[in-house]
Amino acid sequence: MPLAPAITDLEQLKEHPAIARLRAWNSAAVEGAKFDREEMSIFIERSSIREACALLRDDPGCPFNYLSDVTCVDWYPSEPRFEVIYHLLSIAKKERVRLKVRLGNDSPALESVTAVWPSANYFEREVFDLFGIRFTRHPYLRRIQMPENWEGHPLRKDYPVEGYR
Amino acid sequence: MILNMGPQHPSTHGVLRVLLEIDGETVVRIMPDIGYLHTGIEKTCEAKFYQQVVPLTDRIDYLCPMTNNLCYALAVEKLLGLEIPPRAQWLRVLLNELTRINSHLVWLGTHAMDIGALTVFLYCFREREDILRLFEAVSGQRMMTSYFRIGGVALEPPLGFFDRVREFANRFPSKVDEYENLLTGNPIWVMRTKGVARISAEDAIALGASGPTLRGSGVDIDLRRDMPYSGYENFKFKVPIAQEGDVFARYICRVQELRESIAIVQQALDGMPEGPIKADAPKVVLPDREKMKTQMEALIYHFKIITEGFAVPAGEVYQAVESPRGEMGYYVVSDGTAKPYRVHMRSSCLANLQLLPKMCEGRLIADVVAAIGSIDIVLGEIDR
Repeated sequence: MPLAPAITDLEQLKEHPAIARLRAWNSAAVEGAKFDREEMSIFIERSSIREACALLRDDPGCPFNYLSDVTCVDWYPSEPRFEVIYHLLSIAKKERVRLKVRLGNDSPALESVTAVWPSANYFEREVFDLFGIRFTRHPYLRRIQMPENWEGHPLRKDYPVEGYR
Repeated sequence: MILNMGPQHPSTHGVLRVLLEIDGETVVRIMPDIGYLHTGIEKTCEAKFYQQVVPLTDRIDYLCPMTNNLCYALAVEKLLGLEIPPRAQWLRVLLNELTRINSHLVWLGTHAMDIGALTVFLYCFREREDILRLFEAVSGQRMMTSYFRIGGVALEPPLGFFDRVREFANRFPSKVDEYENLLTGNPIWVMRTKGVARISAEDAIALGASGPTLRGSGVDIDLRRDMPYSGYENFKFKVPIAQEGDVFARYICRVQELRESIAIVQQALDGMPEGPIKADAPKVVLPDREKMKTQMEALIYHFKIITEGFAVPAGEVYQAVESPRGEMGYYVVSDGTAKPYRVHMRSSCLANLQLLPKMCEGRLIADVVAAIGSIDIVLGEIDR
């Protein structure tokens, strides 16, 4: 089964309900999209992530009402360095969509989505702990896996993996 | 008064520390504190070849190793675009359901013991031992099986294995009756669980619950049926739902799942197809031992896979499976090399644990024990 090439042209993907909905609301919020291996990724502009999530959650046609996961990928040393990734699931339609926000190295921060889904609380704390991404308006942004007094963020690619600390 | 429950406490199922603010016997505020078992598995994965990650996935959730193997293997196979032969798929379903039974038996035994029904524990571990022996027969290991590999399964099951599974599957439903005889109608059990730690469907969805914890609140979703993987669309089974959202509802859901899982095992035994157990992809799947002794190419491929791994086309995949505890998801990012750029595990227990404050605040301390048991946490998976 050979892999189909990824579709990255936003114009070809604008029929997708989530993209259409987001573009109708604010076309500047959608920076791009990718359809690869039967999975849809939408790149969201950093400042509109909370509103975009709320919009998709309350969409009457295809409500993405369940937040499966929040995580992050560090593309060090390229810029923008971080990608914060949200996996959304529609329980009614059994569909998934992935939202991505790109963040630069200088001040990796974006708005928390805990106001939309309280479940984001632990997920965002974990991303903060292991990647050092700050989530503004998070109710309790403290380390969750590492000890409170730990220095550094272990899942960053420039974190040393051997030798003495 | 502030009270520390754990990290060394018999009914927190591992090293969970719960901070309780109490007023007499009533819980005012509750805060789970995790991270005592954090071993950095996600970071370790980035330094391994794709096939070397499989044994690490066993160790994330030591009660359902096969589910984790399956989820990781499916994710990488999706990245590679591999087609898996039917026999391997059915073997995976068969063993995955045995794993679910194994995990639910440990849950039922320990949960009942927390609430004070000691006998159930001995009954459950008796049947669990049978399943672990089956795992040992098929993979050589009781718990850390690493049996599912990228592209199929490790070995053909030994002679007589399916007969042993069938013998177990025929015997097991009457054993579930035994557990239910001890618990379902037992007035003490009912008093300790009915109406305790209630959670509504809206709260459960908003807080990210999944699996039996979500279905116990009346939300009808099961990834095996709704987003089938590994050939689950060929099997007929019911998804147990309960409406009440309390500890008893979650108990009923899981006990019904035991019966459904054994029905799936029976179907898998009846329809087990013949054929190869590994995909036809010599650059990814290790060759048979016999071929290595007679064919030059097989020896070369074996050497190359072991020493250099295999390159996976760049891309990303999120693969979710229905683990005994809920939605287990693997997010694998490849940059085109032989080592994964990033592996992230979506832990169902981590999300389910967030329900605890909603369940327990305003209730008695004794109910906290029942609530922790009913969400079926495994700390290895929460902390990774």
